[in-house]
Amino acid sequence: MSGSAVLLQFLNGLSGASALFLVAAGLSLIFGVTRIVNFAHGSLYMLGMYLAVWLSARIGFWASVPLAAALVAAGGAAVEMLLLRRIYKAPELFQLLATFAVVLLVKDLALWAWGPEDTLGPRAPGFAGAVEIAGRAFPQYDLLLIGLGPLVFLLLYLLLTKTRWGILVRAATQDREMVGALGVNQKLLFTAVFMLGAGLAGLGGALVIPREPASLEIDLAVVSDAFVVVVVGGLGSIPGAFLAALLIGEIKAFCIGLGYSKITLAVEFIVMAVVLVLRPWGLLGRPQAAMRGPAALEAPLDPPSGRAVAALLALFAGLAAIPAFTTGYTLVLLTDVLVFALFAASLHFMMGPGGMASFGHAAYFGLGAYGAGVLLLRLAAPMELALALAPLFALAGALVFGWFCVRLSGVYLAMLTLAFAQIAWSIAFQWDAVTGGSNGLIGVWPAAWLASKTAFYYAALLVCAAALALLWRLVFSPFGYALRASRDSALRAEAIGIPVRAVQWAAFCVAGLFAGLAGALFAFSKGSISPETLSVPRSVEGLVMVLLGGVQTLTGPVWGAALFTWLEDSVSRGFEYWRAAIGGVILLLVLAFPRGVAGFVRERIAR
Amino acid sequence: MRTVFLVAALMVSNSVLAQPIRIGELNSYKVFPAFLEPYKKGMELALEEINAAGGVNGRKLELVSRDDGGTPGDAVRVAEELLSREKADVLMGTFASNVGLAVANLANQRKVLFLASEPLTDKIVWENGNRYTFRLRPSTYMQTAMLVPQAAKLGKKRWAIVYPNYEYGQSAAASFKKLLSQAQPGIEFVAEQAPALGKIDAGAVVQALADAKPDAIFSALFAADLQKFVREGNTRGLFKNVAVVNLLGGEPEYLDPLKDETPEGWWVTGYPWSEIDTPEHKRFRDAYQKRWNDYPRVGSVVGYTSVYAIANAAKKAGSADTEKLVEALKGLQMQSPFGPITWRPIDHQSTMGAYVGQLAKKGGRGVMVNWHYADGAKFQPSDREIRALRKE
Repeated sequence: MSGSAVLLQFLNGLSGASALFLVAAGLSLIFGVTRIVNFAHGSLYMLGMYLAVWLSARIGFWASVPLAAALVAAGGAAVEMLLLRRIYKAPELFQLLATFAVVLLVKDLALWAWGPEDTLGPRAPGFAGAVEIAGRAFPQYDLLLIGLGPLVFLLLYLLLTKTRWGILVRAATQDREMVGALGVNQKLLFTAVFMLGAGLAGLGGALVIPREPASLEIDLAVVSDAFVVVVVGGLGSIPGAFLAALLIGEIKAFCIGLGYSKITLAVEFIVMAVVLVLRPWGLLGRPQAAMRGPAALEAPLDPPSGRAVAALLALFAGLAAIPAFTTGYTLVLLTDVLVFALFAASLHFMMGPGGMASFGHAAYFGLGAYGAGVLLLRLAAPMELALALAPLFALAGALVFGWFCVRLSGVYLAMLTLAFAQIAWSIAFQWDAVTGGSNGLIGVWPAAWLASKTAFYYAALLVCAAALALLWRLVFSPFGYALRASRDSALRAEAIGIPVRAVQWAAFCVAGLFAGLAGALFAFSKGSISPETLSVPRSVEGLVMVLLGGVQTLTGPVWGAALFTWLEDSVSRGFEYWRAAIGGVILLLVLAFPRGVAGFVRERIAR
Repeated sequence: MRTVFLVAALMVSNSVLAQPIRIGELNSYKVFPAFLEPYKKGMELALEEINAAGGVNGRKLELVSRDDGGTPGDAVRVAEELLSREKADVLMGTFASNVGLAVANLANQRKVLFLASEPLTDKIVWENGNRYTFRLRPSTYMQTAMLVPQAAKLGKKRWAIVYPNYEYGQSAAASFKKLLSQAQPGIEFVAEQAPALGKIDAGAVVQALADAKPDAIFSALFAADLQKFVREGNTRGLFKNVAVVNLLGGEPEYLDPLKDETPEGWWVTGYPWSEIDTPEHKRFRDAYQKRWNDYPRVGSVVGYTSVYAIANAAKKAGSADTEKLVEALKGLQMQSPFGPITWRPIDHQSTMGAYVGQLAKKGGRGVMVNWHYADGAKFQPSDREIRALRKE
């Protein structure tokens, strides 16, 4: 690269960083104060884009930017007051499920209101052209963005450090119970913070429309980028977010400038993994204050009663009898349900008893699936052997990734699992010779004696039931008790001689192994695998299943998986706006059963 | 009483004879709505025309349409549902290559005809081709090959390449490099950018391409990536004195959003719907506009022709039996809005072509000029190469 090329790519990186900072700042604020993992932040950003595009055709670009931001802020406030306020007391991460429902609703709302086509906004009046820098044309608007990022940072910084409100926000970031105890109106504070965060997302979206078309796919893309920035910078730290945005913006620009554009598929996740391994709380973050109050205390998990075991056995017998009545589509759907039930249960093993939430559990599902495909197609192993050995691929992945992950906790741990999952995804996506690249592996069918739907259904039923029984048995083994002890009080567990990290690492590996088994079954039931088996949406689906069923129950994730799979299958056939319908159902469930469906049933029985 | 009986008996026997032929259709309507809504309209138009003319062999044609969720796993489940619950006689549809390949693979396993209308991947008819899968649209290879003669005529030496980083873009880039090097020995490829699909960092990519000082650029970008690339390229003056060849750039789905920023002079494949005045296209366009009060896109033609292909195959086979349909489709010749097409027996690819032309601005929107129809039959590798790829 010549000197002027370096300068220009540096400027490109700066303007990218500014755009990134605007969304990340709002997310960081919201998380810092409310502890909500706001999945809908990207949706708010998308809403800002669509509103700005729509408004700028009517009132001009410059008037549309503040108006779009204000409208999104109002929408954010409404979400906080109508939805999130009702579930702050629910277990941590449960709010994630609610915001996931908002994602689905907003996506279909945008489709309904503005149609399916990607629409680019107008060029910004007054900043439409280019200026010459080092003999090259550089867009004026990018220069404006380069200035706007630091300006917003400065304003936020002043707001947080020089005003009474800002001091309260910072206090709440450190210890929100204490702030509440001192008589500050928490409700108002939370609403205001959420509104400000949403407004920043809306502003970020509105400002980017001259460079980026508003599209329905932008929401999840943006929210994962924003999360990376927030976590790399340190949760709740605005200067950290700024620094992280700069780092990632520049690294991306120079990857492209130096001709390594393919690595941009995962570069921010590589950065995040490196930062988290070296600095477990991000660049400028601080260790999280311990949670107090009801959310931190989990009721002890009782071993299933004789009657519960009998009911499960009866269910198993009932499932085994189904092929006598139908050999059609029901078996295909039930096979999916079984596979996802095992997947959700394996995630639950580390989330519930282990207390380690994972945003990247699809990595092990996918590794198992690819393991099966690679063994069958590339190494010509018989199908039965491939199915038996494939989970070991997932175990190998979990051994490596888990070793790093268990050194962290909370959202940092979850984000590191996400980073590893994304890195695994980008490898599967690009390693043509082994994984078949973006198309994946085709022709992963079971052996002839298992090829019929009925035979494969029985195989899936047996394998999944045995695996679930083993997983649940593990929960009540000494290992399971040690795991829960490590979750509830690492300090006391350590004191009585439990090697906390080793126990957590082992749990991580168990979860990975069983997810891999589910993945291998999935591969054989579909006949092909593609990188989507280890993509973010698959991980999110796993989380949704676990949370729907209830984290602090034993069998909840299985019901969650069944409910979600059935819902998706039946609703997507009936309604045009099926995503919104699923979102609506999830919202209703969230509001009605804040401890998950199975948790609700258990409480009713206990009463 | 007796006559009532007779009528009832007649109706029963009639309904047995005239059981409809069911097309199980699945597509990623929610993920790629811009392309697939016109596609759906095209399908419905064809269906109405066929049934108004009395159906196929006296049987009505029925369409059961489903959203495939945009992922191979979900698509396979939906296809199973179409087969076992909806009793579909044939499968049709899919958009993304990985989804198309997964459904083709299922069709082979379940021994049912699958007409892949839209996926562009070469593999669906070559490396992963099977007895039961047929594909309508010109493949990535074919469309790239259609552009190569124009690219060679430009006489440029230094080429830069930009494509979305997944199979479509990768194979377009590979085919372009191979075919252009054959057509015009001694050229140089000076830069290659492969941004992630839908996530191009247009400023940095445009800058990096400009730094390589190319005489010409081959791009396989489309949709949002193309919009961003064009705007940044215009602002930064990348396209001044640089020739550009862009796969798919003239398809209304991707061209229309460019509006007054449409870059002039680019060579593209596409569909100049307003200017094609062959009798078969005029008839289609008029019918489509009358039915939907909207102009046709490429998707409309694809949906329309796919349904007709199944109808014609069933007519030729005289039944909806899978094996007979497969034999009937091999070598089937039929009319399409683009002119006559043939379903090649060797690889089950239709010879439907595409229009090659240059972009221009007309009244604030992009159009294609200097265009000609490139017949898909002429842009194929040799039969020997194809047999080797299909391992036959």
